[in-house]
Amino acid sequence: MASTKTYFEIPAKMKTWSYILMAVGILTFIIGFFTKGMSADHEEQKVFWGTIMYNSIYFLLITNISMFWLCALTLGMAGWHIALRRIPEAISAAVPVFGTIAGILLIAIVFSNLHIYEWTNMEEVHANAALAHKHGFLNVPFFTLWTVATIGLWILLGKRMRKLSEEADNEKMPLNDGQSFIWRNTVSAAMFVAWFALTAGCVTPWFWQMSLNAHWYSTMYSWYTFASSFVGGLGIITLFFIFLKNKGYLELATQEHLHDLGKFLFAFSIFWTYIWFAQYMLIWYANIPEETLYFKHRVQGEYKGVFFLNLVINFVCPILILMSRPAKRNYTLVTFMAMLLVFGHWLDFYQMIMGSISPEKITLSWLDFGILSLFAGILIFTVGKTLTKRQLTPKYHPFLKESIVHHT
Amino acid sequence: MAKKKFVVASFDDEENLFPAVHAVRKAGYKIHDVYTPFPIHGLDHALGLRETSLHTAGFIYGITGTSTALGCMTWIFTSDWPQIYDGKPHFALPAFVPITFELTVLFAAVGMVMTFCWLCQLAPFVKKHIFHPRQTDDLFVMAVECTPSTNVEELKDFFKDKGTVHLEQQEAEAGWWWGRFDREQQIINENAVEVL
Repeated sequence: MASTKTYFEIPAKMKTWSYILMAVGILTFIIGFFTKGMSADHEEQKVFWGTIMYNSIYFLLITNISMFWLCALTLGMAGWHIALRRIPEAISAAVPVFGTIAGILLIAIVFSNLHIYEWTNMEEVHANAALAHKHGFLNVPFFTLWTVATIGLWILLGKRMRKLSEEADNEKMPLNDGQSFIWRNTVSAAMFVAWFALTAGCVTPWFWQMSLNAHWYSTMYSWYTFASSFVGGLGIITLFFIFLKNKGYLELATQEHLHDLGKFLFAFSIFWTYIWFAQYMLIWYANIPEETLYFKHRVQGEYKGVFFLNLVINFVCPILILMSRPAKRNYTLVTFMAMLLVFGHWLDFYQMIMGSISPEKITLSWLDFGILSLFAGILIFTVGKTLTKRQLTPKYHPFLKESIVHHT
Repeated sequence: MAKKKFVVASFDDEENLFPAVHAVRKAGYKIHDVYTPFPIHGLDHALGLRETSLHTAGFIYGITGTSTALGCMTWIFTSDWPQIYDGKPHFALPAFVPITFELTVLFAAVGMVMTFCWLCQLAPFVKKHIFHPRQTDDLFVMAVECTPSTNVEELKDFFKDKGTVHLEQQEAEAGWWWGRFDREQQIINENAVEVL
């Protein structure tokens, strides 16, 4: 294999941009902290911490999706992705960073007397029969325990997968070693997927997001959060893939791989829409006040614009633009769509979380975009750094040939 | 329909088929069709076939289904026979979505099956010539059409070193015709002249 560019070198521009983004973000954080975070107005404080919270949750989930995606492909004995396998691996290496930020922030929020989560306010819990009834589940120690366990095991099990993958760099594997390598990969991937299924089904959606409206619940909410972060995560993988291709790396990955990533983006956008609609229509049809309280201010209040823009970006655009085969094989179009979808699902997380924290007043402002730039900078910086550490192609992976001859 | 002359080359491995297809096209012969026991990735590309228009047709059928469903329901529930269900507005879009979705899928699916049959000329009693009885079993069969300008002897020689396991010359119907296999059974072509 005549590979001239085995290792990734961070281009100077990439480094500069990640520093600029982080600098803008930190500046926004400082200004926001003094103008809003220290504000005498309780609501302003909530908005400030809520903004950082939804950004950190979003970035944690979309980077963690990379590892889930890898594990799901490993369990499915997929071979086509081996040529670009190092990208999701590098992205998932950002999980410890975002996990630490999100974990500390979430735990600080439930321990503070800010009461972003209404169930942390004990006076209200005692006065309210519904909250008192849910107190066995929605309480601070339980929340803390699950948050720490969730993020901690995501980090540990992800690290295990990445470490295992290193073996594919060392030397050619004889048949027995190859079989054992695949088997150990399968076991590790199964462990991650099992833990991910449990936590992405309850901890991230129920504790972190749905309990902002502790009176309301939806059985589709876990799926909704997962689908939204999954499309965002695929968008990030696709963007890094195209970036590396542009810089002349990954010569074994071709348009066929891009086509498959495009299919993933398209298919899961439709999946997200299905979940969105299933959640919306049942509540709309039944029209029960305790259920419609989630949608009332989103559909008819100040969030109306964001709410429908969300649907246009994440459903109408992909279905119209990504449907045809030539579109999924076009680098420019897929880049545009991946960026649009990453932004779209960021907006989705915005309305999911901020729509509950500040239902009366829409809060989208310079703060949101500044914090977004902070997290985007951290992501680019961390992923770029991780990509340099290993060979970009796992050249002795038993399934590599399947990826080279991949044809859709 | 016209009878035409063919040189029929059979291969027992797709690894021989692909180079042969490339060579035949490069030499400028006209490939009538290639028959294989199973779908082969990339063969359509190697044969230089244009992309099928089946998916465009599918999209049009789908859109037809969408507009039929939405149009009908909107007309019925807003102007033809407006009624109040569950206190919802007459134009209750979310309630229309599942039916619209179903009709889109139905129109697209049925339309595409029928278009596929049309494109492949598949229908009851439509008969086509079978170049080799084993073409659906274990042989990869390439039928090369002999146009007036084709030198048939040269073409036969051309196949000698291409890994062909069976080579023959046939005169057969190029298109399709109405008929019944049980009445005019002629799977083994008696007019075929075996070469190899």
